[in-house]
Amino acid sequence: MALAPESAGPAKGLIGWIDARFPLTKLWKEQVSEYYAPKNFNFWYYFGVLSLVVLAIQLVTGIFLTMNYKPSSAEAFSSIEYIMRDVEWGWLIRYMHSTGASAFFIVIYLHMFRALLYGSHRKPRELLWIFGCLIFLLLMAEAFMGYVLPWGNMSYWGAQVIVSIFSSVPIVGQSLVDWIRGDYYIADATLNRFFALHVAALPLALIFLVIAHLMALHEVGSNNPDGIEIKKHKDAKGHPLDGIPFHPYYTVKDTVGIAAFLLVFCAVIFFAPTFGGLFLEEPNFAPADPLQTPPHIAPVWYFTPYYAMLRAVPSFAGTQIWGVLVLGAAVVILFFLPWLDRSPVNSIRYRGPIYKVMLAIFVASFITLGVCGLKPPSGIYPMLARICTVLYFGFFLLMPWYTKYESVKPVPERVTGHA
Amino acid sequence: MSDQVDHSRRRLLTAATVGTGAIGVAFAAVPFLASWQPSARAKALGAPVAVDASKLEAGQMLKVVWRGQAVFVVRRIKAVVDQLGGHNALLSDPNSDDSLQPDYIKASGPARARNPEYWVGLAVCTHLGCSPLGAFEPNNSYQVAGADLGANWPGGFYCPCHGSKYDLSGRVFKGQPAPTNLTVPPYAISAELRIVIGVSDAPKPA
Repeated sequence: MALAPESAGPAKGLIGWIDARFPLTKLWKEQVSEYYAPKNFNFWYYFGVLSLVVLAIQLVTGIFLTMNYKPSSAEAFSSIEYIMRDVEWGWLIRYMHSTGASAFFIVIYLHMFRALLYGSHRKPRELLWIFGCLIFLLLMAEAFMGYVLPWGNMSYWGAQVIVSIFSSVPIVGQSLVDWIRGDYYIADATLNRFFALHVAALPLALIFLVIAHLMALHEVGSNNPDGIEIKKHKDAKGHPLDGIPFHPYYTVKDTVGIAAFLLVFCAVIFFAPTFGGLFLEEPNFAPADPLQTPPHIAPVWYFTPYYAMLRAVPSFAGTQIWGVLVLGAAVVILFFLPWLDRSPVNSIRYRGPIYKVMLAIFVASFITLGVCGLKPPSGIYPMLARICTVLYFGFFLLMPWYTKYESVKPVPERVTGHA
Repeated sequence: MSDQVDHSRRRLLTAATVGTGAIGVAFAAVPFLASWQPSARAKALGAPVAVDASKLEAGQMLKVVWRGQAVFVVRRIKAVVDQLGGHNALLSDPNSDDSLQPDYIKASGPARARNPEYWVGLAVCTHLGCSPLGAFEPNNSYQVAGADLGANWPGGFYCPCHGSKYDLSGRVFKGQPAPTNLTVPPYAISAELRIVIGVSDAPKPA
């Protein structure tokens, strides 16, 4: 859908009329048809566009869910049952939304892992990375509040546990918790405000941050698996020699990736929407019961690594704020990654063995923490979680040393492969 | 009028206008932030609750709702009450100095109760607010919520969320995620074992 041929002058007709009043062709060219992306993108570069696809799925299905959902403690659970049983295709819309939540974290985690592989967080993309971390943070808040809305028993006790985290703040903790809940327990007021935040405030902020993330990306240009700057070598027209226009080359390639993703996504929706209790937990099929905590409480899988860290730290000196601080630090430390990484090269292809080993340990400890968070806090799991928490932080806190002093391979001038 | 622009005067006036506007925005934010406080209706619904504990057998527990929170009423086995003072060394706050309870409960020592046989306390773990489970049988290695409480378990409460363990007075053991003992609400207990949660004075005979 070329809006205007590259060589032609100002567009005529409707497009010309719009262009005189709104920078339509200009935006299209700058952001899409003349945005030069490196030609050596590999598999890992699908997850950015996939997170946009999942965002769109969540926005559309979310809007349609609000049309039948009732955000009150008396009606919320039954309105979800109503959507699942009585609303035409309601089950599909709801399963798309609940599966979309897990899919969002899968693609976001892989998208972030891509950055660790190829150094996408490094200069000049620090702000791009920070916008991404903010999106991740907001997404966690969005997912948590969304999980409370069905008002199942796990929703209720999950809200109780997460909101109580704020009670560990010295002095003002209890008042802060009452302020968040709007009552002296997780009540109707809590559910109602979580609904407002989940469907209006946080999505608006997310969309704003996604736009900022894309603007920052298109300003500095995409990184690539070689982690080298393609703008250093340009042709006579000023286009990077190793770059190709995003449209049509990557729009077409991404379409294939989106199709493959949707195949898997639909398979989960149709054949395993609860995903064995990982995407929708069994206790949440019972209504909220303020008298009865589920015998085994665990958050949805995408929070379990952080939840395991929270649980791994014992309280001492009369306060349990230490676990909460570790939980907060585990997320906040991501923001500092561009400055912790001191390697002379960006991509794992040219880094030495130490980084590769550290990254492997990091991924293994993150997954192990995820498993620990799903299990009851007994047996070997608390100790395993403690060890993995140390390893998780070790990856970041030791990074200034092991990246600075390890031997690296020479970096090529031009991107490799895909000649 | 001179065509010379006085930049410092312009900067001062701009700064003063922005500053005044910022104060206005701060004041305007107050109603929005305050609207998140518990409403007048939520505050009014905190009335006391009465429970009849006379039907409880030894080793049984009742849960009642007071201000939306579950409250335990446990009739403890005599033998358990007698040994409550025996494991202070294992507890992180044996005298309840850092914990929340009315003064008359703190003064009652290890029993933390107005009538030592009946223990009343919030069923809200002081870690992150889950509802602990009763695991009353002492010295009996058995499974609660998939966790083994060990052979030296003196009987008490176990929180399934993060594994905090409390004794039968709601006092937390050392090294647990929970920082303090279970909170004891103000309550009154009559000779007929009528317990009123939320008030400290004995109820008038009805």
